[in-house]
Amino acid sequence: MDTLNFIIQNYDDVLFLAWEHIFMVSVSLIIATAIGVPLGIVITKNEALAKKVINSANIMMTIPSIALFGLMMPVLAIVGQGLGKVPAIIALILYSQLPIIRNTYVAIKNVSPSLRDAGKGMGMNRWELLKEVEIPIAVPVIVAGLRTAAVMNIGIAAIATYVGAGGLGVYIQNGIDRVYPEMILAGALLVSVFAILVDAVMALVERGITPTGILIQKRMSQ
Amino acid sequence: MKDVLKKVYGVIIALLLIAVGVGLQRTGTISLFSDPYAYPELIRLLWQHLYLVGISMSIATVIGLIVGIVLTRPRFRSYTGVVMYVVSLGQTIPSLAVLALVMTFLGIGAKSAIFALTIYSLLPIARNTLAGINAVPGPTIDAAKGMGMTTLGILWQVEIPMAMTVILTGFRIALVINIGTTALAYLIGAGGMGDWIFTGINMMMTDKLIAGALPVTLLALLADFLIEMLRMLLVSKGLRMTEE
Repeated sequence: MDTLNFIIQNYDDVLFLAWEHIFMVSVSLIIATAIGVPLGIVITKNEALAKKVINSANIMMTIPSIALFGLMMPVLAIVGQGLGKVPAIIALILYSQLPIIRNTYVAIKNVSPSLRDAGKGMGMNRWELLKEVEIPIAVPVIVAGLRTAAVMNIGIAAIATYVGAGGLGVYIQNGIDRVYPEMILAGALLVSVFAILVDAVMALVERGITPTGILIQKRMSQ
Repeated sequence: MKDVLKKVYGVIIALLLIAVGVGLQRTGTISLFSDPYAYPELIRLLWQHLYLVGISMSIATVIGLIVGIVLTRPRFRSYTGVVMYVVSLGQTIPSLAVLALVMTFLGIGAKSAIFALTIYSLLPIARNTLAGINAVPGPTIDAAKGMGMTTLGILWQVEIPMAMTVILTGFRIALVINIGTTALAYLIGAGGMGDWIFTGINMMMTDKLIAGALPVTLLALLADFLIEMLRMLLVSKGLRMTEE
């Protein structure tokens, strides 16, 4: 109850921090998508490269987020960006790569060869085949990757507070430092609710974006 | 052409290593590692880190395996959907939020950190055990039944070995997340390598920052590698061949 009171009393502040959080997550997700999806599509043509790219993304994912912030700080400090939103957004982009690249790669790889042949038979060139056949079929899986990345990024953005990036993690940080349980709870609850909400919204998007044909196919197979 | 590329890669990697080395030297990280006063501190923090990871992972593995196995028994199978939903919801909650939430109820210290880490690691292990055993094909189990194996025998000799890859993947995810989250446990007073990372950030001490972040990173990568080795050891050769 006290936590709710805290949130209501600091309404403006909460909105501002939430906006910072949303800003970091969405900017990084947009850039990550712009890098990850084309990369995921390109590597479907080159098996050896695919293995290397996915393995490196995997290693990236293994590095603990706070350690990555720590290792990036001295490097980015050379250009005067050691603290703040820049290291946070770079880290978020790097962490998003694995789910986005992997899902894009797997989705495009799994497009059935007969559909590809049908496209070719209709006289599509490679680009048209990608645009008209492969991507529409792969899109639900790609969005699922974006969903994983978004939820993960919300959690990492909360940790990014410690390198001065702001966001809802500020309440957790300040709450712990001041031993102010309502503040900690408010931060933790807001971040969790935000993550769960984004997860749910992305699930809806995933369903909405699936081509009707695939939905019908799924229903028939059940 | 390929040889040339290989040489170029080699040169790039060598240059990167040199750059990292120079960076470590310039920031004073190397002298911190060999400092007679800082060195025992590093060992103590590393030990504390491993202690937190070890205890929470052991508890999480035992509980996760039991929960996963119990839920695949016919009597409890109807609860699978509900449990999977709760588990995936739990994984949506950020690690820092879990630590903070636990701290408000249990206070600061190693106990609350271990509690939070255990809960957070429990989820992937239980989920993958459940998914792995559920994915064992029905005909295989029928064959085992036909050979006169008991339920326990089927579980021990058929279901668990066949689900091992998936279970180990869950264990690996849990372990890597656990090592990273333990670095945050410093914030709720449990110590660990996070001590040097956060001190380094707050005081702008680059040497301490790197000396804290590097071991955690290496630890996570090492854990990832060791589990892969464990997979080679635990998963039967035939299964590995069909997987690859």
